[in-house]
Amino acid sequence: MSPASLAALVAPVALVAPPMPPANVAPGGVATAAAGAEITINWVTLSPVVIVLGAAIVSTLIEAAAARRRPRPSGPAQPAYLRPLQAGLALVAVAAAGLMALRLALEADKSMGLNGDGAVVIDPVALYLQLAVACCALLALLVVADRTVQGESAFAPQAAAVPGSEYEAKARQRRLSQTDVYPLVLFATGGMMLFPAAGDLITLFVALEVLSLPLYLLSGMARHRRLWSQEASLKYFLLGAFGSAFFLFGAAWVYGATGALRLSGIAAAVQSPTGLDPILVVGVVLMLVGLFFKVGAAPFHSWTPDVYQGAPTPITGFMAACTKIAAFGALLRIVYAVFQALEWDLRPVLWTVAILTMVVGTVIGLVQKDVKRLLAYSAIAHAGFILVGVTSLTAEGLSGSLFYLFTYGIASVGGFGVIALVREVDAEGHMRGEATGLDQWRGLGRRSPVLAGAFAIFLLSFAGIPLTSGFVAKFAVFAAAFGAGAPALAIIGLACSAAAACFYARVIVAMFFEPAPGGEAAVGAAAEVGAAGLAGSALAGSGLGGSGLGGSGLGGSGLGGASPGGLGADRSGVGGSGLGIGVRTLGLTQIAIAVSLAFTLVLGLVPGWFLHFTQELSQLLS
Amino acid sequence: MIANFVLAAAAAQDSATAAAPSTAASLSWLVIAVPLVSAAALLLAGRRADKWGHLVGVTAPSAAFGFGIWAFIDLLARPVADRVQDVDLAPWLTAGIGLDFGLRVDQLSLAFVLLVTFVGTLIHIYSIAYMAHDRDRRRFFAYLNFFVAAMLLLVLANSYLVLFVGWEGVGLASYLLIGFWNQRTDYAVAAKKAFVANRVGDVGMLIAMMIMFAQFGTLSFEGVFGAVAAAAAAGGHTGTLTLIGLALLLAACGKSAQFPLQSWLGDAMAGPTPVSALIHAATMVTAGVYLVVRSGPIFEHTPGARLAVLIVGAVTLLYGAVVGCAKDDMKKALAASTMSQIGYMMLAAGLGPVGGVFAIMHLLTHGFFKAGLFLGAGSVMHAMRDQVDMRRFGALDKFMKVTWLTFMMGWLAILGVPPFAGFFSKDKIIEQAFVAPDGQLWQGWVFGLVALFGAGVTAFYMSRLFFMVFYGQARWTDDQHPHESPALMTVPMIVLALGSVGLGLILTLVGFEDYLAPALVEGHHGEPVMNAYVIMAATLALVVVGAWIAWVRFGSAKAQVPVLPPAADGLVRAARADLYQDSLNDLLLVRPGQALVQVSAKTDEQVVDGAVRGLAWLFQGVGGLIARLQNGYVRSYAATMLAGVILLVAIILAGRI
Repeated sequence: MSPASLAALVAPVALVAPPMPPANVAPGGVATAAAGAEITINWVTLSPVVIVLGAAIVSTLIEAAAARRRPRPSGPAQPAYLRPLQAGLALVAVAAAGLMALRLALEADKSMGLNGDGAVVIDPVALYLQLAVACCALLALLVVADRTVQGESAFAPQAAAVPGSEYEAKARQRRLSQTDVYPLVLFATGGMMLFPAAGDLITLFVALEVLSLPLYLLSGMARHRRLWSQEASLKYFLLGAFGSAFFLFGAAWVYGATGALRLSGIAAAVQSPTGLDPILVVGVVLMLVGLFFKVGAAPFHSWTPDVYQGAPTPITGFMAACTKIAAFGALLRIVYAVFQALEWDLRPVLWTVAILTMVVGTVIGLVQKDVKRLLAYSAIAHAGFILVGVTSLTAEGLSGSLFYLFTYGIASVGGFGVIALVREVDAEGHMRGEATGLDQWRGLGRRSPVLAGAFAIFLLSFAGIPLTSGFVAKFAVFAAAFGAGAPALAIIGLACSAAAACFYARVIVAMFFEPAPGGEAAVGAAAEVGAAGLAGSALAGSGLGGSGLGGSGLGGSGLGGASPGGLGADRSGVGGSGLGIGVRTLGLTQIAIAVSLAFTLVLGLVPGWFLHFTQELSQLLS
Repeated sequence: MIANFVLAAAAAQDSATAAAPSTAASLSWLVIAVPLVSAAALLLAGRRADKWGHLVGVTAPSAAFGFGIWAFIDLLARPVADRVQDVDLAPWLTAGIGLDFGLRVDQLSLAFVLLVTFVGTLIHIYSIAYMAHDRDRRRFFAYLNFFVAAMLLLVLANSYLVLFVGWEGVGLASYLLIGFWNQRTDYAVAAKKAFVANRVGDVGMLIAMMIMFAQFGTLSFEGVFGAVAAAAAAGGHTGTLTLIGLALLLAACGKSAQFPLQSWLGDAMAGPTPVSALIHAATMVTAGVYLVVRSGPIFEHTPGARLAVLIVGAVTLLYGAVVGCAKDDMKKALAASTMSQIGYMMLAAGLGPVGGVFAIMHLLTHGFFKAGLFLGAGSVMHAMRDQVDMRRFGALDKFMKVTWLTFMMGWLAILGVPPFAGFFSKDKIIEQAFVAPDGQLWQGWVFGLVALFGAGVTAFYMSRLFFMVFYGQARWTDDQHPHESPALMTVPMIVLALGSVGLGLILTLVGFEDYLAPALVEGHHGEPVMNAYVIMAATLALVVVGAWIAWVRFGSAKAQVPVLPPAADGLVRAARADLYQDSLNDLLLVRPGQALVQVSAKTDEQVVDGAVRGLAWLFQGVGGLIARLQNGYVRSYAATMLAGVILLVAIILAGRI
């Protein structure tokens, strides 16, 4: 569809004109008029992004206002309303953005096609991806906002404090909490919602940075094992900057070759060969590298395991789900914009990356001994599977990828939610950080059967066992690859997913079929802590909860990352010695897990309606 | 899933070739739903249900069996042309794959329904006593019920996708039940091995499904078979069909423990004996045969894939028989025998539609006599304190009369002695194996002689087993006091023994061949390369010789069976070690796999890093500056990324040149 006919379809409203009538919400390009200087913005179609970013700004202001109050030497260091207020604001904003995206998607003018023009292109696919980001972010926020019954969140009381310092001890003692987490998550979510809708290279880059910078910070805020967390943050930042540089470099080359910043302009320019093709192709590949980095595709994946392991688990879930959706959205947009002209150049690149990603994720995942790290490699492998769908470059492939992104995102929020709840109990019965060592998960099925059962279902979905959404998703992308004449790719994918099933099975076996290490005594200790947790719940409820277990976070393993290259040093994962057991919390994580479990099963049992939805979207391609 | 069934039970539709379903057929989802609900109830009820859980567990398959009878009578009342009935239950992947969740009730699926529910019910009853002392008996019954439901879904499915759901379900049940006594590590290892072999098979199934979907746009039996017939008529797609056939064969090999994926079955004997009887002898392991027979319309048009099926069947039947000769573990010997018998079925299935009928017939008789043999073995173990080493048995015939007699019926049946069940089914397979397809004389001779020779070896190892257990001198350990098992165990054994005696004759007399054939592709009887009576006589002669050798060496009063396995020549040693299957797997699959894992991990860890470090040393020699700046692994990660970029750009430029 040519830009000219698009202009006719899109009904832009001038900024200076009276507010847009509600009837006229046909999502169109948020386009600048081609010739005139007058910029027109359709605010309604932008509202999902605007709501989230607006809430982020408000949230930051609240944070600033709260910080102005000098804490009294005794008593609570922060106003009691601060955390509930921030969490509530974030949840409401993301939910509202999601609802808005849903409404726009349902009303979207399907005749418009997918090649809209504009700095921001709000088309049905963009709205779908925004909706997916909002759903996953909402669930992830529930996990972020959750606290144990002792009032301990997953985040450091004062992220700026040097780990192990007196300042930190004081912050812990005064029960500070880092409420900046919420505005940061909101900014990241806003960036993620903008990313798949970006219609020009500048917007793409801005959105990329808006989503990335808060994530770098958030990765460094873990309450336990803080040095790991900070190391992860630094690594993510450095490598992220490296990746962004490639992206920017590529964008410059593409601009140089085509003279256009708009994707629509680039798409038009690549139709007519100019002799600058090599520059264009290299530019596109460099841009793709930036996106491959974000989705964790090999060989740009090396940050993933370390960062996933070091970051606070709720943030890991958030990243795994939402970053992947957003970055794949942008990837799809770029690939489909330039594909027709560059098919012969891009196909081998996409193939290579897809195969490498699947193989690396699966093969190295096989030797992991840490559950969080294992899911990180699984995330890499899944990026490869989604790439198979993207690579087929057909409507079926697009539909399969869109379905896959949503189901995988939801399931991984749930999976990391479970990890966030399984805590370590040492021999004396103290609750410590998360128990991520596979050995610590042995016998979890007996200690926390519901949690273990939920995790097992997520793993089955990751493995692609029928009657879970993961199976339908895998089937959709691999069948698309067969259909697109890439059986080799699909067969490699199937082999990888069969091999990957072995490491998922290992976790299930550990949880249900292997006895707990250390025998009955350790289990007893763990059970006691569970009971103490219950008692603690009553105390916390009445406002009398002591700091008892809250302060024991920096045990021996807390400093495990002190050596240079800590997370890399023992790549297969470490984990403490205590047993893992489900911890009692306010229940928000459990809600998130239940919802994602429901999605995983419903989309596995009756995926028809949803597949229909994604297929309708992909029909717009032609 | 139940909701699905209930939701759309009414949505049954007509289709082009399948007839409109009758009431019984359209209610066939109940057969699956009943055991499934029972399994869920038993799992959810928890310890409260320990007292009565097994009763619920037994009721479910019995009810399913009752229903199966009704559906069967209903089917027989219909004209032959209308017996294939497709029942659409619910839209499932309607948009994505154009597929409804449906069942196919026809001659083939109902034969399986009756086998699974009848033998299943008997084994449930047997388990009440066998598992009486296990505190997790309720959970055991829940798993068994779940298995029955999944197996019924597998055979009743009307599309490959639904079949695959059942396929994974029986795999899961098998996995859970092999590892049921998971306190023991080696048992958990066995469960894992079964899981891996099955996953390899599943890849085959998925590949087959995806090719079908990509080529024909559908996965329902009706759609695929129709498209295959059309494609074959147009003369195209031979390569594709062969590929589909081979992928399906891979799937069948994984599930049915056929060469080269057979190694898990012996280890699977770690599960409780009723599980070995139901899942690893009578039903689940035969699913591969079912798949090949069901996919007959595909194999019909691809001689290449058919030949592969024949080869797999022939190799496995000899392999299992040879391994069976050397095993001292009673259950593992029976497992080897199962493998070998399924090899016969696979061979028959590869022979085409006529062979397919006998494959299914042998599958049914085998389901009875092998389940009976396993239950007998369980009864012996029950009496001998879970001893499985046959060198520690002997002379049990006087102490366990019922077990001895029922076991004898099973033994005669598997030997193929007329008029016992195996004679009617196995002999037919051997005869069919001698038929040369499409004038390929060598095929008739090779596969016929293999099947013939296999019968002789079978006679030897089964007789060896039978004589070592029940005859000769008592070689028990001191504290054993063999006694007959309770009635709950012996009655199922007696019923199965009756089946071992009479089922073959009955099936032949009532015309099973004419009953089943219309559900398969039309086939024509060929003439064997040797006279049928000569084949029969040769078979019987070989059986007698095999049994006689076994009697002299293991059964007669003079025979000395050493308590410890004696030193033996290379072949016996090889057979004891499963013909080095595990070592071979280790060499061909595990080691390269591990090497790949290690190389990848090491590359990830060291090569890139090492290169950077080498560079660092270089710089260190110059000024030592760079090395001091390097404080972690980020450098190697960044180097990986850079290498990746160079790789991708190189790929592009290479493509351009």
